[in-house]
Amino acid sequence: MTVIKTKINRRSFLKTSALAGGGIVIGFNWGCTPADMARPEASAWYEVNAFLTIADNGEVTIMSPNPEIGQNIKTSMPMIVAEELDVNWEDVIVKQAPLNTESFTRQVAGGSQSIRSSWTILRTAGATARKLLINTAAKEWQVDPSGITTENGVVKYGKMTMTYGELAAKAVMEEIPEEVELKDPKDFKIIGQAKKNVDLDGIITGEPLFGLDFKREGMVYAAAMRPPAFGTKLKSFDDSDARAVNGVSDVVQFGNKIAVIANSTWAAMKGKNALKAEWERDGKLENTTDHDRQLLRMLDTPEKEPRRNDGNVRRAFANADKVIERVYEAPFLPHNTMEPMNFFADVTDTKAELIGPIQTPQWTQGRVAQLLGREAADVTIDMTRMGGGFGRRLYGDFALEVAEISDKIRKPVKLVFSREDDMTAGTYRPASKYKFRAAIKNGKIDGYHLTGSGVNSGNVTRQNWFPAGGIENYKVETHNLRSNITTGAWRAPITNFLAIAEQSFFDEVAAEIGMDAVQLRLDILERAKNNPVGEIDYEPEKMIGVIKLAAEKAGWGNAPSGISHGFSCYYSHNTYVAEVAHVTNASGGPKVARVTCAVDCGIVINPDAAINQVQGGVVDGVGHAMYGDFSFVNGTPQASNFDKYRLIRAKEAPEVDVHFVESLNDPTGLGEPSLPPAGGAVANAIAKATGNRLYKIPFIKEEIVFG
Amino acid sequence: MANFSIDVNGESRQVNVDPDTPMLWVLRDELNLKGTKFGCGIAQCGACTIHLNGEAVRSCSTPISAIGNASITTIEGLSENGSHPVQEAWMEEDVPQCGYCQAGQIMSASAMLSKIPNPTEADIHQNMSGNICRCGTYPRIKKAIMRAAEKGGNNE
Ligand code: FES
Ligand code: FES
Repeated sequence: MTVIKTKINRRSFLKTSALAGGGIVIGFNWGCTPADMARPEASAWYEVNAFLTIADNGEVTIMSPNPEIGQNIKTSMPMIVAEELDVNWEDVIVKQAPLNTESFTRQVAGGSQSIRSSWTILRTAGATARKLLINTAAKEWQVDPSGITTENGVVKYGKMTMTYGELAAKAVMEEIPEEVELKDPKDFKIIGQAKKNVDLDGIITGEPLFGLDFKREGMVYAAAMRPPAFGTKLKSFDDSDARAVNGVSDVVQFGNKIAVIANSTWAAMKGKNALKAEWERDGKLENTTDHDRQLLRMLDTPEKEPRRNDGNVRRAFANADKVIERVYEAPFLPHNTMEPMNFFADVTDTKAELIGPIQTPQWTQGRVAQLLGREAADVTIDMTRMGGGFGRRLYGDFALEVAEISDKIRKPVKLVFSREDDMTAGTYRPASKYKFRAAIKNGKIDGYHLTGSGVNSGNVTRQNWFPAGGIENYKVETHNLRSNITTGAWRAPITNFLAIAEQSFFDEVAAEIGMDAVQLRLDILERAKNNPVGEIDYEPEKMIGVIKLAAEKAGWGNAPSGISHGFSCYYSHNTYVAEVAHVTNASGGPKVARVTCAVDCGIVINPDAAINQVQGGVVDGVGHAMYGDFSFVNGTPQASNFDKYRLIRAKEAPEVDVHFVESLNDPTGLGEPSLPPAGGAVANAIAKATGNRLYKIPFIKEEIVFG
Repeated sequence: MANFSIDVNGESRQVNVDPDTPMLWVLRDELNLKGTKFGCGIAQCGACTIHLNGEAVRSCSTPISAIGNASITTIEGLSENGSHPVQEAWMEEDVPQCGYCQAGQIMSASAMLSKIPNPTEADIHQNMSGNICRCGTYPRIKKAIMRAAEKGGNNE
């Protein structure tokens, strides 16, 4: 059992709030069981701490502090609080918490860290409230609190019972316990049980949950024209046609952009399309063909200080029986969240109020304040549900834009990106390339040398992850190509392609030395586990665990006729994943029919939702490996909508079976880790099915394979 | 601008808009029915799918001037309280991730089931491939459709 110091703010315990006509409760209510029907309406709510409020009828409101982008955090975070509080999940109402950095830490959705970084905080919040209720009951009954137990929202001592609802009013007057005990994970009743998405009902009936749906009375709409190419700026524009569009009320320039203001989204978009703007060069107009050349050249250039250099790589290659060298390449990728970027702002003389879908509310609040020359305290940011993020909504560019527009027109305004605006506005997954070399001696990898290069990508390697520690002579180098094309985090940054390249390479090495692809990985991991070369930042044991589980579940080595198996594994976001792709090769080219996936992410909070995340990551990984394609000519993106940019669709999506390693360890990331291994598993299965090795994303362009 | 009288979810509604205004924006901005989503504006993603006389159409590419007397059903009008068999199957399979595409998916699936009550996998692929799910919930969408079909997904 873990004992935790509470460190909870005293002030927050003394607040109570009377419920006026149901006005406070805006979250989703589960009250649909007959028992709940009989329950009286709550008449008073007591705020126990920043995370939870208890009503006199026993209902509990739990705040979900982090932004919801489809990772289902709005359900799983409250589950953790409810577990330690020991209430019926059916009595829980979940609300999206406002941005409040005093009460909550890290209100960010990114890096698959929401659950991992809040695990103990959320448990402590629930456990503290539970202990407070116990202490309150002990005083009432004049008994020793250690003899009191709780169950499903009821406090018990011998035959005496009181509900949390009955105790709530007194509990908020009590001293906060200084220490609390957390449950033994073996006793969890809510964590580990499938709980439905708390917004499910609203999603399937079309409730206005998303940023794009937000509407304020008197609000106007804005569509913005941005430079058509990286390396250009606004020279002049003629807005007479735009102003002639029905519904358009104003046209304003802001920086290098022009906003058309109208009384509907359609009028704003039409007005924007009627603008005549001239653009001039203010930087280099870059081309993908030039990037390709420069990135390839970098792969042959030594880095001044390699990221890592174990043993003597030069000698290993000089003495090798055989050297295997391969180059793998990937393009930029736009995020393409289904809900295009949008944000609402109402800037007045005294405040700036912003509402919309954002992964980084706190950071954005500071940047808006700076842009407008206001105090951060005068800027508020409220989070709506997000129609996907994948990294794109970490960057608050759209929030800054709408703040600037509202500041100029002094009206509440909603900025809406068209798909074209969204796809061409920048912040792409960096294009990158890798050269892998292996020195083979006596049928084993004796030397390993990875060089990576990427456009505005920083370090494109993960030098201390697999296979670090498992190979005697090991060197990793990286190069960054500067560009005026903006890049950013894209689901599983860097590893979304590094893993494909690396796992493809190990397959090729295994084939060259005539070894089973799974065994080759296991051998390297055994070495890393038992006698690691240098420091490593992953646990080989856990990787071995998922590899064995995936191989067993997929029937590795026993593929039925007509099916080819491809193996891949990767560690990222503290989670270990191994995947086997099952590929058929009928007329029309190879098809990914199924992916078997083994995951070690520590304890699984909400199994059904966790499976959904893993399946989604695999489908995303397969889709972008197969079809992801984005290039530039003279600084101009060559695709701007889904007619030219192909995303995976129903008929191309594989079935995904998911197996979790049973674990009571603290939870690790889940929104991203199943993505990186997927493309490699597909490439390896296709190589087996067709005899052709794929070296470039998107795979679909490989004519010899796909015709 | 022109006056239009259209039948939406069984009610007659009056709007005054330009004739080229896509139904998507009439629904969202004029009638405040936000369930129909904007994804691409060019009939490529299916987020904006509605029923026009029971047929699935992309509302982003259907101007109001083309509606005439046709009856429009949106996600809000598909059933009372989300009780259409397709919506129920979506609940049971807990399909959504971000959820943004799901109204369109449900509208495409329910239109398909009203024509093909027992779809094969190929039918599903054929009829659902106009709807993109960026979160990759396709395996669950398929399961939910199969489940709705078993229960008689044709609610009409
Ligand atoms: S918004 Fe209509 S099909 Fe994409
Ligand atoms: S659930 Fe996010 S796009 Fe489908």
